Amino acid sequence: MSSIQQALKERILVLDGAMGTMLQAYKFTEEDFRAERFKDYPTPLQGNNDLLSITQPEAIKTIHGKYFEVGADIVETNTFSGTTIAMADYQMENLVYELNYESAKIAKEVADEFTAKEPHKPRFVAGSIGPTNRTASMSPDVNDPGYRAVTFDELRIAYKQQVEALVDGGVDLLLVETVFDTLNAKAALFAIEQVKEERNIDMPIMLSGTITDASGRTLSGQTAEAFLISVSHIPLLSVGFNCALGANLLQPHLEAIANKTDFAISAHPNAGLPNAFGEYDETPEEMGEQIEEYLKKNLINIIGGCCGTSPDHIRVIADIASKYKPREVVTLSAVEES
Amino acid sequence: MSDSNNQKRVTINQSRYMKLSGLEPLILNENSNFINVGERTNVAGSRKFLRLIKEEKFDEALDIARHQVDGGAQIVDINMDDGLLDGKESMVRFLNLIAAEPDICRVPMMIDSSKWEIIEAGLQVVQGKCVVNSISLKEGEEKFIWEAKQIKKYGAAVIVMAFDEVGQADNYERRIEIAQRSYDVLVNKVGFPSEDIIFDLNIFPVATGMDEHKRNAIDFIEATKWVRENLENVSVSGGVSNVSFSFRGNNTVREAMHSVFLYYAIQNGMNMGIVNPAMLEVYDDIPKDLLEHVEDVILDRRDDATERLLDFAETVKGSKKEKTADLSWRENPLQDRITHALVKGLDAFIIEDIEEARLAANKPIEVIEGNLMTGMNVVGDLFGAGKMFLPQVVKSARVMKKAVGYLNPFIEAEKSDKSEPVGKILMATVKGDVHDIGKNIVSVVLACNNYEIVDLGVMVPPEKIIETAIAERVDAIGLSGLITPSLDEMVYLAKEMQNKNFEVPLLIGGATTSKAHTAVKIDTQYTNAVVHVNDASRAVTVVGDLLNKKTSNEYVAKLKADYDEFRTKFLKRGKEKSYISIEEARKRKYKIDWETSEIFKPKELGVQILKQLSLKELLPFIDWSPFFRSWDLHGKYPDILTDNVVGEQATQLFEDAQEMVQQIISKQSLKPKAVFGLFEANSINEDDISVQKKGEEIAVFRTLRQQLKKREGIPNHALADFVAPKESGKTDYMGAFCVAIFGAQELADSYKAKDDDYNAIMAQAIADRFAEAFAEYLHKQIRTKHWGYAANEDLTNQDLIKESYKGIRPAPGYPACPDHLEKEMIWELLGVEKLIGVTLTESLAMWPAAAVSGYYFGNPESKYFGLGKITDDQLTDYATRKGIDKSKARKWLHPTLAE
Repeated sequence: MSSIQQALKERILVLDGAMGTMLQAYKFTEEDFRAERFKDYPTPLQGNNDLLSITQPEAIKTIHGKYFEVGADIVETNTFSGTTIAMADYQMENLVYELNYESAKIAKEVADEFTAKEPHKPRFVAGSIGPTNRTASMSPDVNDPGYRAVTFDELRIAYKQQVEALVDGGVDLLLVETVFDTLNAKAALFAIEQVKEERNIDMPIMLSGTITDASGRTLSGQTAEAFLISVSHIPLLSVGFNCALGANLLQPHLEAIANKTDFAISAHPNAGLPNAFGEYDETPEEMGEQIEEYLKKNLINIIGGCCGTSPDHIRVIADIASKYKPREVVTLSAVEES
Repeated sequence: MSDSNNQKRVTINQSRYMKLSGLEPLILNENSNFINVGERTNVAGSRKFLRLIKEEKFDEALDIARHQVDGGAQIVDINMDDGLLDGKESMVRFLNLIAAEPDICRVPMMIDSSKWEIIEAGLQVVQGKCVVNSISLKEGEEKFIWEAKQIKKYGAAVIVMAFDEVGQADNYERRIEIAQRSYDVLVNKVGFPSEDIIFDLNIFPVATGMDEHKRNAIDFIEATKWVRENLENVSVSGGVSNVSFSFRGNNTVREAMHSVFLYYAIQNGMNMGIVNPAMLEVYDDIPKDLLEHVEDVILDRRDDATERLLDFAETVKGSKKEKTADLSWRENPLQDRITHALVKGLDAFIIEDIEEARLAANKPIEVIEGNLMTGMNVVGDLFGAGKMFLPQVVKSARVMKKAVGYLNPFIEAEKSDKSEPVGKILMATVKGDVHDIGKNIVSVVLACNNYEIVDLGVMVPPEKIIETAIAERVDAIGLSGLITPSLDEMVYLAKEMQNKNFEVPLLIGGATTSKAHTAVKIDTQYTNAVVHVNDASRAVTVVGDLLNKKTSNEYVAKLKADYDEFRTKFLKRGKEKSYISIEEARKRKYKIDWETSEIFKPKELGVQILKQLSLKELLPFIDWSPFFRSWDLHGKYPDILTDNVVGEQATQLFEDAQEMVQQIISKQSLKPKAVFGLFEANSINEDDISVQKKGEEIAVFRTLRQQLKKREGIPNHALADFVAPKESGKTDYMGAFCVAIFGAQELADSYKAKDDDYNAIMAQAIADRFAEAFAEYLHKQIRTKHWGYAANEDLTNQDLIKESYKGIRPAPGYPACPDHLEKEMIWELLGVEKLIGVTLTESLAMWPAAAVSGYYFGNPESKYFGLGKITDDQLTDYATRKGIDKSKARKWLHPTLAE
């Protein structure tokens, strides 16, 4: 049993908050994104946050450190868009390995510092694997519903490359997150299983879907339970939801899956819904109150924050989480091992 | 099929259940009924389906799949194994198309092929958990294991055929032998989840006349029992119609055979299968004599069972029933059928049903108000509850349209006899407001539905609305408004209606109105019905419900309760927001580093006018998307023109618009005029902007500052932050402008005079687009020429729409500066009325209505923001700064005050 599995039994683990929101505060300019190394790069690079792991590593490290400082057990690598598919926007497909490797490495360095300081509370690094900007089960062309902008195999190959680099960089686990199309996630899971098999390693996987609106469904139309069923063939460390909704609106969907799986349950909601101007304004206290409801209902094993959350939010969440016991993972049955 | 009251004759060995998924879950547990697999989407089993796929008639092929699901199939089997098809490509294409049809892909898919490459291609395009049909030991253990491992990785369940290297299992012993061996390999060598294994134990025909086939059914049933008792967690399936193969042509017997077979197979543990619901008799309805003969055959109870059934079959031949399971809804009462057709978007029978309803009704319009509205309300409720998707709703609308289209000639004919409108509606844009496109569209739609419209036009004083309502004895009043002061006018009118003891419903619509405002501010003033109606399509339903004498009391009561609940929730929500004081907010202002920020001196300072511009110049700057929106067609231009749903309407509308645009240009029936100015400016006293000419103050703009409590490091913006403060010692700059399109009203009136509402609305909508395009055009001229700070910018129209330029042009009355009062300052500074003739109404709306006015800020860090709500301290401060009464300030800032 890996140490994270051990830790999961003992307490509710706390995941970090938003990376993008924190980076915005730095107001990095095009020049900052480029640094010396990419000063003559042919495409605009501002906005390519993943690149900052190479060009502004100190900022990324500082943010990881801030989250660990306020009580996060797990931080996510700065690799949400670290696939050849997502990096095509910046013509940076060739940098994918390096981006993921460096992001994993710097996150792990910070984690190790904190673990050394507080050995009773080991810190973990989750390799963040985003959904890419394409969907495998929906057509971007309204006139041709049978068209697909990306195939399962293209996704699988891209994800495999990302996973290999993250593993080489030293991540403790992988987090396939913000899943808006289950087929994309299935391709990522397929790739991860391939890497595990080829390297004969164990690598815990967290999987986190996204319910996009009041219909209670993913963007690709699945209900929470249908989503759970579609990914339950993989021995996951945890399954849950993140993004799109604030903590209060996420609760019914967590309830919909919590008693239907023997995986751990995770949630990292947004700081409320964006206001009319796309900003998140739920305060740490407001968010904390709502998250406490989860914990009272014994729904959660891993809790953190997504868009709009800051170290202040995570501090409050970590404080609250420390007062509650983790959800007991009902063993529905022993999972067969291949 | 009623297996629920069947006694199970088997002790099922089960601790885990198979779970499948499409968009929705499908779980096979002890409580689930028999799972029916639809199999008409199989090229090997349906000639029609094969033909459709070959001819690439995918829409019709999808209809087959949809009919299966409508008819109760809980899984859809898809097979493309045909020598003349590219099976892999067809499988992928069809599954991709199904993924776009939520009413089909809500159920799990069964990917059916004898070729692994087709199965794998299918597994790669379906997001849910599928079933693979099928694998077997036919070609040995190695291939079986390899395929099972792959299927496990893709996360699908699997059908295992009772087939091995020797051949197909055709008796009891071989069935259990192969099942046991397959199970052991899958569970022990592959680690396949046992609950995801489904055995197809081969259903073969009985009554073939050959002795070795006599036990085909009973062997299957007994093997099923053994498998469910001995192989933990698995399921058993099969294709039922095979069993009656020898009675092809005699459906009465075949249906009875299927029912009897299933009756016993289910009792013994068969839990899924392929059954054509149209070919199934209810077990209890089978005549006793037929039942006895069939049971003899299925259960192999007599040596002469086959002969006896064959003889008996002759006597029942030809008594075939006309029945298909997916049409059972046709037997429901009329209203249920109409509702069903609307909810399911089925138009095949709608004319028939509507005709029936019409004959039963006193007047054809009652069918719309009664039958159709009842159905559409169900659609609306389901959609509101997230149980229907938009594409389904669009299909419902299509059925609705077809029904109304059928009724219209009857309604017209009725009209000519005695024109008796169903109700009289007063429509008005409130005092001080000049915007009426939305109001006109609602009026037209209501008129189409046989309401008489009393349209009082724009800027209608409340007294006139009240007077007319009484004099004309209207049945409802509809108020519209676009600018924020109109909201207060509506509240005032509601109060007046209450004072005058009105009872008619009040309808509220227009761009700034909202359900929240209606519930909190208007509904509370008037004890009768108040409804917020923001799109034309809803207006008809709402008015219909309100004026329907039979149901209106109940509807109004519900409405009141709904708004009350909404209000309570809304007010509660409002309290959760926290605000900081204006002093605190000022400390958290947006800080531009004025030491390093580059200030660009405008090339041309002072006021200028622009009157000789050709509309042609503005054409490239038009953003057409809002044009479609004003017609309730939602989507981005140009994609909207080819949109599956609204594309056709959008294209037609667009063509009409282009034609009018050309006419307007050639006849010069609309005239653009603009005035603008660039000035020296500095921010003073934190939130004000002092506008200067050669260092001398000529105007002061008062800006408002965000007061919402934000996270550390996130600023509280005010427009003044984008201009260098006086104390920085630097001279900064800003601008102001007003653009307008003259002549729209006259043009619209000329159409109205010809009873051409369509083109009247069109003219106004086009004028609005030209005004916006003009503002965009002028801003570009400012950036690249008159101010000149972005002389080299090269942006496409798309970039402009996305606001990717440097600098902003916020307009009073809009989110960054919701205060309309500042318009007066712009008018004074630029001499707007004197120079180009645009006037301000008492509510500070611009006339002509197709006009845009605002400020220019050029600092690269300036950006659009929304003010949000402000609190009383800023209101007091603002009134003092501006030198006006607090009550006046409150009146104008009312909608932005946090309360």
